Amino acid sequence: MNELVLKTNNLTKTFKKKKAVDSLNLEVLKGDVFGFLGPNGAGKSTTIRMLFGLIFPDCGDIEIFGKSLKNNRRNALKDVGGIVEKSDFYLYLTGYKNLELLSSLSGKVDKKRIFEVLEIVGLKERAHDKVKTYSHGMKQRLGIAQALVSNPKLIILDEPTNGLDPQGMKEIRDLIKELSSSQNITVFISSHLLNEIEQIATRMAIINQGKLITQGYVKDLLNSEETKFFFKIDDKEKATNILTEKFSITDITTLEDGLECKLKNDIIPYVNKSFVESNIKVYAITPKRTLEEYFLSVTENNEKY
Amino acid sequence: MINLIYYELLKIFKKWRTYIGFIAIGILIPLIEFVLYFSGQGIIENTTKRLEQDFILVGNLFNGWFVTHLIMNSLWIHIPFLICLVAGDVLAGEASAGTYRILLIRPVSRNKILISKYIATLIYTLSLVFFLAFISLGLGLLLLGTGDLLIFKDGLLILPQDELWFRFFLSFLFASYAMCVVSTLAFLFSSLVENSIGPIIGTMAVIIFFFIIGNLPYDFFITLKPYLFTTYLDVWTLVFDEKIDWSLILKHILILSIYMLSLFLPTYLLFRKKDILS
Repeated sequence: MNELVLKTNNLTKTFKKKKAVDSLNLEVLKGDVFGFLGPNGAGKSTTIRMLFGLIFPDCGDIEIFGKSLKNNRRNALKDVGGIVEKSDFYLYLTGYKNLELLSSLSGKVDKKRIFEVLEIVGLKERAHDKVKTYSHGMKQRLGIAQALVSNPKLIILDEPTNGLDPQGMKEIRDLIKELSSSQNITVFISSHLLNEIEQIATRMAIINQGKLITQGYVKDLLNSEETKFFFKIDDKEKATNILTEKFSITDITTLEDGLECKLKNDIIPYVNKSFVESNIKVYAITPKRTLEEYFLSVTENNEKY
Repeated sequence: MINLIYYELLKIFKKWRTYIGFIAIGILIPLIEFVLYFSGQGIIENTTKRLEQDFILVGNLFNGWFVTHLIMNSLWIHIPFLICLVAGDVLAGEASAGTYRILLIRPVSRNKILISKYIATLIYTLSLVFFLAFISLGLGLLLLGTGDLLIFKDGLLILPQDELWFRFFLSFLFASYAMCVVSTLAFLFSSLVENSIGPIIGTMAVIIFFFIIGNLPYDFFITLKPYLFTTYLDVWTLVFDEKIDWSLILKHILILSIYMLSLFLPTYLLFRKKDILS
């Protein structure tokens, strides 16, 4: 059985009569890269603030490594690092001094470890420069470094790619994958981008208006729903016929350079094979899934049953 | 805990605003002392002119002690402002910079963080007052020399020079203690808001308001005066009485301590349960 690293029990928080988080039950397993998805204002950051004890829940509890955050905060957070929203630092101190200060709060200051994490995030050369001279991307990377500096077993990252350029986003995603695979760190990452979570997460939960919509393995959740795909092909007419006759798909949109339709992930290889066998040139098959569309399909399905 | 205090002090002393107080004192005090050095002799002459008919005044009465005492009397409303610049920023500054989010997610209790911040604030307060002591006494004695201290308090009093080191040491010690109440008030305000301007203005407004109502000659305000902390901020002046009234000093210190405790307690209770939304 997989070890439970983080668990929330009926976590609830209300701000001015509005429930920001409503009876939330999450389960993060050891080794997970756990995607925590939701649109802006869904309650992701409030949940993450509660996970760190920055905000106190109205009711419910949080267990981290089996220890209650309410009753045993120090031990519960002993092996946890993270970023809450954007990475803000003491701008008048150097990157190194910031990490030294923060690691002193977690126990012993280990200079070797500080340089190690600065190297991991590619900031070793700038260690002794004041943070006010860092770019936004560098601050985000320093944020990851401060999350790692105390050798955590769980890191909680609140939208760590926010505001970064595509290259920066990729770097952070690669870093998260690396941390999970080579350092065996459990990662809890929030995002409002489904494709981002799809790329790195093993399990995920989706919340909207403070409520849990669904939770489980990414593969299971995404494959169980129909997704809109874009086929970049040369013969649209022939392709439409194949999709209609062989796969019983009727809702097809013809575009300038291809067509779009909704289908399940697991039939994609067969569609592709059929196209190729019929001498249709397939240049690309791209999923066009947005979080909003995924919500709709999950909600529709929930309503059906 | 010592580690936490060290890093809190590091944060305070790495900020530019911390040095505003030291720079202000470092410029203002030498300026006053140089001006007095060149033209201040008149103060003593005017005061002692009438006395010379009945007394023979000998020795250097216009000396470093006299000037320091004069400076202390005239600056005690300004020093709280310089203290608030830092004390008001200690908590509010973390909120406005968003650094609570990296600080309070660590496995260390909020109580420890708050107490270390408070102690660091008090250390800053003491350092500023003792810097004032160092500059005013050091430069004063260097420029104007030593001698007996002439004091105008319910008449004229001359304190012998051999007692003055001790009396001035006590006066700065008690002045520092009084200023710690000001720091604690600014610290309380700092815990309530997310911008350090509010605590600075708030603290100064309370001090000025209390000073004004504490000095109004009407029955209602006279009754109120013993309950205002500003009434006891001048505890340092009590060591310049001919015979030091220790029981009165103790009473002042006790009342200031009660004030400090009753200002720190709500800060402590609020901070440990405060939702960090910044």
